[in-house]
Amino acid sequence: MKLENMYQEIILDHYKHPHGKGLAEAFDAEVHHVNPTCGDEITLRISRSDDGKLSVSYDSMGCSISQASASIMFDQINNQDFDFGDTAVDHLVSMLQRSVEADEDILGDGIALAGVAQYPARVKCALLAWMAWRDAAIQAGADNSTKNEDSVDSTKEQN
Amino acid sequence: MAKLDVAAIKADFPIFKRTVRNDQSLVYLDSGATSQKPFQVLDAERNFYENHNAAVHRGAHLLAEEATDAFEHARSNIAGFIGAQPDDLVFTKNATEAINLVSYSFLNATLKSMRGAELPKGAERFVLAEGDEILVSEMEHHANLVPWQELCEKTGAVLRWIGLTEDGRLDLSDTSLFSNRTKIVAVTHQSNLLGTVNDVSTIVKLANSVGALVFLDACQSVPHMPVNVVELGVDFIAWSGHKMLGPLGIGCLWGKSEILSAMPPFISGGSMIESVSMERTTFAAPPKRFEAGVPMAAQAVGLSAAVDYLNAIGMAEVAEHEHMLTEAALAGLSGIPGLRIIGPETSFDRGSAVSFALEGIHPHDVGQVLDESGIAVRVGQHCAKPACIRYGVQATTRATFYIYNDLDDVEALVAGIHSAKKFFGV
Repeated sequence: MKLENMYQEIILDHYKHPHGKGLAEAFDAEVHHVNPTCGDEITLRISRSDDGKLSVSYDSMGCSISQASASIMFDQINNQDFDFGDTAVDHLVSMLQRSVEADEDILGDGIALAGVAQYPARVKCALLAWMAWRDAAIQAGADNSTKNEDSVDSTKEQN
Repeated sequence: MAKLDVAAIKADFPIFKRTVRNDQSLVYLDSGATSQKPFQVLDAERNFYENHNAAVHRGAHLLAEEATDAFEHARSNIAGFIGAQPDDLVFTKNATEAINLVSYSFLNATLKSMRGAELPKGAERFVLAEGDEILVSEMEHHANLVPWQELCEKTGAVLRWIGLTEDGRLDLSDTSLFSNRTKIVAVTHQSNLLGTVNDVSTIVKLANSVGALVFLDACQSVPHMPVNVVELGVDFIAWSGHKMLGPLGIGCLWGKSEILSAMPPFISGGSMIESVSMERTTFAAPPKRFEAGVPMAAQAVGLSAAVDYLNAIGMAEVAEHEHMLTEAALAGLSGIPGLRIIGPETSFDRGSAVSFALEGIHPHDVGQVLDESGIAVRVGQHCAKPACIRYGVQATTRATFYIYNDLDDVEALVAGIHSAKKFFGV
């Protein structure tokens, strides 16, 4: 059955026992991303520390793929710098477009999301948390292009 | 009442000749989103393009005459299907555009009135003032909610809504929602999320008592049950062709003759005019006033063939068949532990849209497991987020039934849900 390619045991484990779920009180940027077709939602907060590391907290609800992916995102890029996380998001996107082989060093358990590529309708579920992270990181001014605080978009509601 | 010969009906639908995931036959339970098309509809559309194609209402040649005849014959046939006169039936791109046509008639009348511009006779009832009210319900599809919200935002009118009862019905206990400020009541005939068939006669009575117009979203009723606009007593109905075996790209708006005549146009351009000079334009009578540009003649011809197909079965028989399937589905689903029906739990005043939530499994995951067994359902919020929120669900799984479904499909659905529960260990 092809279904097990997408719903691997490790994905279902993250779904049932998500890592890092729960919002931190303090944050530099907060975003709310939704997948309007199915109602998956995530609120994600980013705090920047002096050494450039970004700490992530989130609260979310949705399907197994979106929830597992959020948990994996937390494992992989919490307390990493922007470039590390940004590279991971790009790699995930490429893997879901089947244009690269999954690299466990970058994605960790996220390589198990490779099966999602067979179901285009679910790709957005797998990307939701990661896209929210990138949006929040940019809004927090963590990427080099928007170091200037004035250019930070204060809009919290996305989509 | 004659039972539907589902095997014979299915044979008319080419899509059922293909297989889906894992080389399985298709169990299509998503007709509420769009129906499949019988070859009679496909052939009618193809025949138009192959033998009669021309721009209608234009040209002095034989093909233009034939195309115009085919288009206007389609209008008559489709109008007859809902007990209406052809001149009161307007073709639109889809039902959403039909709803916008009416909401923009209000906006355009209001704007023109503010500038003292000339309006059709009787257009005053489309002119909104600050504090006027538009009444919708909490179970509306976004298509019958957002255009009215937008209209209120632009005009200062106030949007009010009829709430819902625990068992998925309109809560009509607060009749003060209908007041002399109410200009139009826009509600659905059958909820696309809950399956509820609304009590139109009560709504019409309440609206009439305060002089408000009634707009009925009939997307989920015209394809599934006998609908007669005269008997309903509403002022407008709108529905889409593609949910009733017809082609994509055509919707219908019916309005009472005197009301359509009083409405300023929505989209303007060619075809909808009477006379044009550089200074000003006068507009054609309905329905042409609302059909700017070259119309979708082939789609109208295809939809007319869909009407013929449904008439040959009989809409009372269609409704009876779906009622039988709905009862079986409600019985089968309610026996599944952890499954909650979102909407009326009995088949009384209820159509075949059956939504449910399954404890411990998100609808997207339910849909995925069903898809693996070749069962097509819709998952998500079904463009009815306020109703999802009302019933405390983030999303639902929805099965909808039509003429090509039978009890085997209901069984497949129930078995598929059991597989999903097993797969996710709940």
